[in-house]
Amino acid sequence: MAVEKTYAEINAKIKSGQAVVLTAEEVVSLVAEKGVTQAAKEVDVVTTGTFGPMCSSGAFLNFGHPKPRMRMSKVLLNNVPAYAGIAAVDAYIGATEPTLDDPLNKKFPGEFRYGGGHVIEDLVAGKPVKLKAQSYGTDCYPLKELETEITLQDINEAFLFNPRNAYQNYNCAVNLSDRTKYTYMGMLKPKLANAHYSTSGQLSPLLKDPHFLTIGIGTRIFLGGGEGYVAWYGTQHFPSMLNASGVELHPSGGTLSVIGDLKQMNQRYIRGCSFIGYGCSLAVGIGIPIPVLNEEVMYWVSRSDKELYAPIVDYSDHYPNRTGENLGFVSYADLKSGEITVNGKKVKTAPLSSYPMAVEIATELKERIKAGKFELTQPVQQLPSAKDNIVPKSLNVKE
Amino acid sequence: MSPKKIILRFSAETSEKPIIYHLVKDYNLMVNIIKARINPAREGTMVLELTGDRYESGIKYLEEQNIKVQKLAEHVNHNRQNCTSCGVCTDACPTGALFLERPAMEVQFNSDKCIVCQICVKVCPVKAMEVCF
Repeated sequence: MAVEKTYAEINAKIKSGQAVVLTAEEVVSLVAEKGVTQAAKEVDVVTTGTFGPMCSSGAFLNFGHPKPRMRMSKVLLNNVPAYAGIAAVDAYIGATEPTLDDPLNKKFPGEFRYGGGHVIEDLVAGKPVKLKAQSYGTDCYPLKELETEITLQDINEAFLFNPRNAYQNYNCAVNLSDRTKYTYMGMLKPKLANAHYSTSGQLSPLLKDPHFLTIGIGTRIFLGGGEGYVAWYGTQHFPSMLNASGVELHPSGGTLSVIGDLKQMNQRYIRGCSFIGYGCSLAVGIGIPIPVLNEEVMYWVSRSDKELYAPIVDYSDHYPNRTGENLGFVSYADLKSGEITVNGKKVKTAPLSSYPMAVEIATELKERIKAGKFELTQPVQQLPSAKDNIVPKSLNVKE
Repeated sequence: MSPKKIILRFSAETSEKPIIYHLVKDYNLMVNIIKARINPAREGTMVLELTGDRYESGIKYLEEQNIKVQKLAEHVNHNRQNCTSCGVCTDACPTGALFLERPAMEVQFNSDKCIVCQICVKVCPVKAMEVCF
């Protein structure tokens, strides 16, 4: 008899402390041992986790009104510009915005020591942040300039809103050229001397629900140590399924928009970061619970590093020039082994996302669910999936 | 002879003496000034790299001038609290001093293998690799 469970049934088990919860890593070996059907009967929730740089991140902040009032039109936080074209004392600080005095890449490769992601980390850590604001002045908002210090607790609302997070899959980045390339995938050595990848593979949320059977708008998630929600699909949400020769169907480029209260978050899971020669960013910790509604959900969630593949892409030509080519596919098991073979050459690999942190997040989420502190939400709307055949648009630059 | 790194500490009385001139002229030492600083009380600190056969004699001269000489033990430190174990440093490290311990995929640092090339300091996204003097 087929296994069928509802969100209500699973939540009832969570409330009574009877829910069986495993991490996505643990469920791989359970399914290998007992099969999909038996595992689907036994397990109610599988937790996933990922921790890595997610450039499309930022926070909405409301500073409160000074006396006299001010319609802030230019805002700096620790000398990092925030977007203030919203309402009077609101701003959005983006993770990749560098400090005003950053030399950027003028002395290549630039270091990018501080940016919006670091401001967000400092706020979460409870550190004071310098706020400078300017305005043109109005009858209702007469103040034209202010300079002060804020902390996260001082201000009204502070919430992360990250328009493109938790990328479903990512390229394995290599460099075929004769020159070192400094990319958002880290420092890529010339002549195919290293390869970088950036998902947690068998723990990665959207690799474990590749058809968006359970993750949708309204899904409650672990975000930066607190609770957050899936707000929408992410920008560049292209959830196609790739089918390379000799490789089963595997997920491609779904993304999520996520939202959560910065005041609940923990610096451990929200870290400002920077990549030499590229820019600054924010490393975000995300964990998503997957309710085991049926065998199909269990089948996908139990796929291991050996069954999940990333395309190998040259970042000296194919990626920047958008040729659409790749150099083949490689499994996350091979990537994690430390060495892969590309064009007949053995190449050292290194990750950009932290597997130990992904394990920690999936385990933390599992403990919260088992303790009855984290209930699952049924999506109010499914996200577009591979069957929707979304075709990415390119920018047609008109002369 | 391989270069040796030292820190010199000058008092207000010694900070105006032409010390470097004498190291070069009298002891035939090659001097590379890595860092030099003087505070408002005219006390100074200088980090030097010295190369030459008469290194020991040069050091003796400095001590005779009442300049405090310390060996510079420059090393790279892996700040475990800051490190997220992302692993991006591990293939940048030319000697394997930084490596991923499998299967946990934790970043580990073997300082004995470190040659202080400082590439890890540049590539670490969260500045968990630090140069200590």
